[in-house]
Amino acid sequence: MSGFTTLAGVSDFLRSYLTVAIFGAAAALLVGGMLGLSRLIQPRHPTPQKFIAYESGVDPVGGGWSQSQIRYYVFALLFVMFDVEAVFIFPWAVRLDVLGTFGLVEMVVFIVILALGLAYAWRKGVLRWV
Amino acid sequence: MGLIDRGLAPKPLTKMLNLARSYSLWMYQWGLACCAIEMAAAMGSPRYDIMRLGVIPLPASARQADVVVIAGTVTDKIVPSLRRLYEQMPDPKYVISMGSCANCGGPYWDSYSVTKGVDQIIPVDVYVPGCPPRPEALLQGVVLLQQRIRDEDAAARWRGETAERGEPIVVGG
Repeated sequence: MSGFTTLAGVSDFLRSYLTVAIFGAAAALLVGGMLGLSRLIQPRHPTPQKFIAYESGVDPVGGGWSQSQIRYYVFALLFVMFDVEAVFIFPWAVRLDVLGTFGLVEMVVFIVILALGLAYAWRKGVLRWV
Repeated sequence: MGLIDRGLAPKPLTKMLNLARSYSLWMYQWGLACCAIEMAAAMGSPRYDIMRLGVIPLPASARQADVVVIAGTVTDKIVPSLRRLYEQMPDPKYVISMGSCANCGGPYWDSYSVTKGVDQIIPVDVYVPGCPPRPEALLQGVVLLQQRIRDEDAAARWRGETAERGEPIVVGG
């Protein structure tokens, strides 16, 4: 029922995406406008010193790249899991009035199962900042 | 594009930009010696608070600074650093030389290792004499610099014409 066109020519489903598109365009316009305005009126005197790394006036030593610490993968893992949980909770929250008590209890069970996982991670000590 | 460099910006716009610039100076503190204590008093203490003039003394690096205050004795050893950091500041930039060591060598005028005046290295806009100058003198220098910024010809200054810098301001004289 969401695919066919209304008399206005565009379905309500697609119209809601128009709001997102206008919002995105306004954001891009605002940022681009401010940077562009700054580019219009700024003075430009490039000197060689302006293109080297800042290191308090001395010659910069070492590369600019450093290795990521792979031990932080635990935080990425936990984040992904709980983020997916949040993605499931959002549409449920919007439709809670339709789902009623049964829906509430079902979601509480889901959250409890994931909370058990969180408790396991907590007891294993991965939530301490390594 | 440089609208202001080429003189294409209307006068009210440059006036407004000058006003905005003068009240939002980010001050890079080059505290080298005893004058740094007086500068710290001017910047941080509540009695001589410089932030009430609109000056924020907390840029994280030279790349975010509008004005640099050279406070203290400039030795020959630090001159390359000083020159490099001055060049790393983005235009338009201003220099305040604080204390007699930075102005002209001061009490160390006869030393083998002291640069007799920071104006041998970088162009100076305001000289604040004193040994050390009181924090109020530094604040007076900042106020005079702000007046100079409000009245200056932004187009000529941004083209980098050194003649447009004008005579350096000397506080108290």
